[in-house]
Amino acid sequence: MPEPIRLTIDGRSVEVEPGTLVIEAARRVGIKIPSFCYYEGLSLAGACRMCLVEVEKMPKLQTACTLAAAPGMVVRTDTPQVAEARRAMVEFLLTNHPLDCPVCDKGGECELQDMAFRYGAAESRYREAKHHVPEQQWSPVVYYDRPRCILCYRCVRVCDEGMGVGALGVVNRGGRSEIAPNRGDHLECDECGACIDICPVGALTSGMYRYHTRPWEMAHIGTICAFCADGCKTTLGVYHNRIIRGNNRDRSGLNGEFLCIKGRYAADFPHHAERLSSPLVRRDGRLVRATWAEALALVESRFREALASGAPIGIIGSNHTTNEENYYLQKLARQGLRTPHLDHPRTGDLPALMAAVAGREAALARIEDLYAARAVLVAGADLAQQHPLLSWQIRANWRHHQARVYVVSCGPVREDRYAARSVRVAAGRELEGILGLEESLRTEPELVVVFGEAIQGEQVARLVAFGDSLGIPVKYVCLVDYANSRGAADMGLLPDLGPGYQPLERSGMALDEMLECADLAVLWIVGANPLAGGVRPPARFLVVQDLFLTDTARRADVVLPAASAYEKEGTVTNVCGEVQRLRGAVSVAGAKTDLEIFTLLARRLGLETGPVTWEKLLDEISSSVPGYQVSAAALRAGVPQQVRPPRQASPSRRGKVRSARDTLFTSGTLGRYAAILSAVREAPGELYRG
Amino acid sequence: MKFSEQTEAKLARLVESYPPDHRRSALVPMLLFIQDEVGAVTPQVVEEVCARLGISPLEVEEVVSYYSMLRREPAGRYHIQICTNISCMLVGGAELFEHACRKLGIGNHGVTEDGMFSLEEVECIGACCWGPALQVNYDYHHHVTPEAFDRLIEQLRGNGLKQRGT
Repeated sequence: MPEPIRLTIDGRSVEVEPGTLVIEAARRVGIKIPSFCYYEGLSLAGACRMCLVEVEKMPKLQTACTLAAAPGMVVRTDTPQVAEARRAMVEFLLTNHPLDCPVCDKGGECELQDMAFRYGAAESRYREAKHHVPEQQWSPVVYYDRPRCILCYRCVRVCDEGMGVGALGVVNRGGRSEIAPNRGDHLECDECGACIDICPVGALTSGMYRYHTRPWEMAHIGTICAFCADGCKTTLGVYHNRIIRGNNRDRSGLNGEFLCIKGRYAADFPHHAERLSSPLVRRDGRLVRATWAEALALVESRFREALASGAPIGIIGSNHTTNEENYYLQKLARQGLRTPHLDHPRTGDLPALMAAVAGREAALARIEDLYAARAVLVAGADLAQQHPLLSWQIRANWRHHQARVYVVSCGPVREDRYAARSVRVAAGRELEGILGLEESLRTEPELVVVFGEAIQGEQVARLVAFGDSLGIPVKYVCLVDYANSRGAADMGLLPDLGPGYQPLERSGMALDEMLECADLAVLWIVGANPLAGGVRPPARFLVVQDLFLTDTARRADVVLPAASAYEKEGTVTNVCGEVQRLRGAVSVAGAKTDLEIFTLLARRLGLETGPVTWEKLLDEISSSVPGYQVSAAALRAGVPQQVRPPRQASPSRRGKVRSARDTLFTSGTLGRYAAILSAVREAPGELYRG
Repeated sequence: MKFSEQTEAKLARLVESYPPDHRRSALVPMLLFIQDEVGAVTPQVVEEVCARLGISPLEVEEVVSYYSMLRREPAGRYHIQICTNISCMLVGGAELFEHACRKLGIGNHGVTEDGMFSLEEVECIGACCWGPALQVNYDYHHHVTPEAFDRLIEQLRGNGLKQRGT
């Protein structure tokens, strides 16, 4: 470690590492220096001049955001000269800024408003006509209002550096400067909305939120995004029981300020017009509305018949239900309904990885490892499309730490642009591509390997053996598709493995086998849509539990309306095995949480007595599932808890692994019900084109 | 897009003067060289420059919209830039500009119908000691009175279309 530097800020002595900026050094001791253009993690702009401070022996005021701390430096942020400079800067920024705060979306959470309040003058001396430019719509997501813009370049930098997209620029000069989109009058980009959330004023606003409500009228509920498996925290803004927006402006959670279009704007699906609001039962070939009592009685009777006759029952679980629900479902299936036929649509070969790294405490990478590791290998995945947070982390790692990035894929990916090496292989030959990198990888001090479904089965064991042979610490991430795909496998929604990948004495049918089995008395499909475009499975009775009348639900005998992830409490586990807490944001009339439906059925079948809560189930999971010893208190406080690989684990020998290969703008069946995802028209990533 | 041998040689030298991952640094001089030959930064020029430097059209747009010396529409054969900034203004720069407008029958950023002359009012061109000053393409003219301006125009007309740039 280099010698720390000591400097004085407002009479307080501060010790920082060499290279620390004065603005950061001040923050360290609780002195807030105002700024617009400075944004931690992005390149320096020195554009807004809000952060001017006095430095002894320097003749003029200095911008604290571009000034590196030096030994013995004496900085003052509280002098009359600094206060005057700030007042002048705010006045200058307000010369052409419209005073439309009462109708501006940003009003109440606007940095310019806050700074005018704190540092600004009460009166403006500007008497000229303001330069007006009409508002522009650049995409279904992004709107730009030039007069409000203070040209801090945050949006330009976050898009270029953070996202690696570079869809925004600044055109013209001086007072006529404005932000411009990359396609003349519109944007072609990830539509993530990072530019909107990072905007310190109301210049960039979102199609989803604009003119809907005021920030202080909403409840703000921090939960975990319901779409991909990265597990981003999103703070849902709820007004009158409707989700109006998602954001992560407070940079909390494992994703910092990152969110993609799904986390920010796809949270409207709970309120979709086609949302099921009552159970449906099939009468005379048609699905008709029924009461919960009728529907549950019907399901109960079919289960009772099957149990009495010994006919097999099949259960397909979900990639979206909570860990507690998944755990309870497998218990209900195996102990209550005494059936081994349990599976879920598998999107990555987690059991194979767990078996290969069983007992190794440090074998699984966390989201933050992708930002910290000296080298990262991405194999068989277009992260920018499928796992945008991982892509963001790796890009930031490269920008801030010059991490070396290796890519093995069958088509171009965003990481190519800065990869130390990119290897193109034919689809299915990814492992060979990785083995070919041996010489380079051997020279790295450490490595994180991120692999997609292209590597599965015994190839995973070969990959881990290869990692071992490198003689460096290697961590792994096995990519899976959805919000709790990891949790579904961890909780044992598998035909031959119980919770924690423990082998079962009696293995059951895998998903595909169940869909073809004519002997099944009941097939119960929870939150999954395996019959998309297909035919009805030959099971005698089909129960489907879901949010919408999906392709699968249409073929059911009984449909039970379930609550979404944004309507329930519990925990989910992300692609890196980090357990986080879901918080209910809204309630939708008619729907019940999956857990409630499970317990209602269990009670009817005489299998459950007394109340079942997610907290109790989490306690049970944490004391009984190998690797899941997580602290419920920490989860409640919003700290992600990474689970460990079990001491012993088995690969799954039944069933198939298939990724849905979603893009930024699709997300399996759920994605179809998020209006914004189908409203944008961007081409998906190169890897999935054509 | 292909340019003259001379321009291509200049561009080749230019691209080589920067490290491979900083090729975009060649953008401004490249646009100027090409503009000298083509007359303007046309959409085709933007496309060509993007391809040669591996940058996006937006990055070119940022630069073209910023620098007043880069044009989207061709200027006249003789592009006359008259300084009306303080030093020149004090000794008649503004009057010279007005005279030029009358003489050529065009306004600021105008081009004469025959395509011979274009006119632009510019900020300081760094000839403060010799004002009023103007620039014809890359050539400077000092102490330009209205009469001297008229003589200059006649002389340039006499040159006809022979000369372009320098």
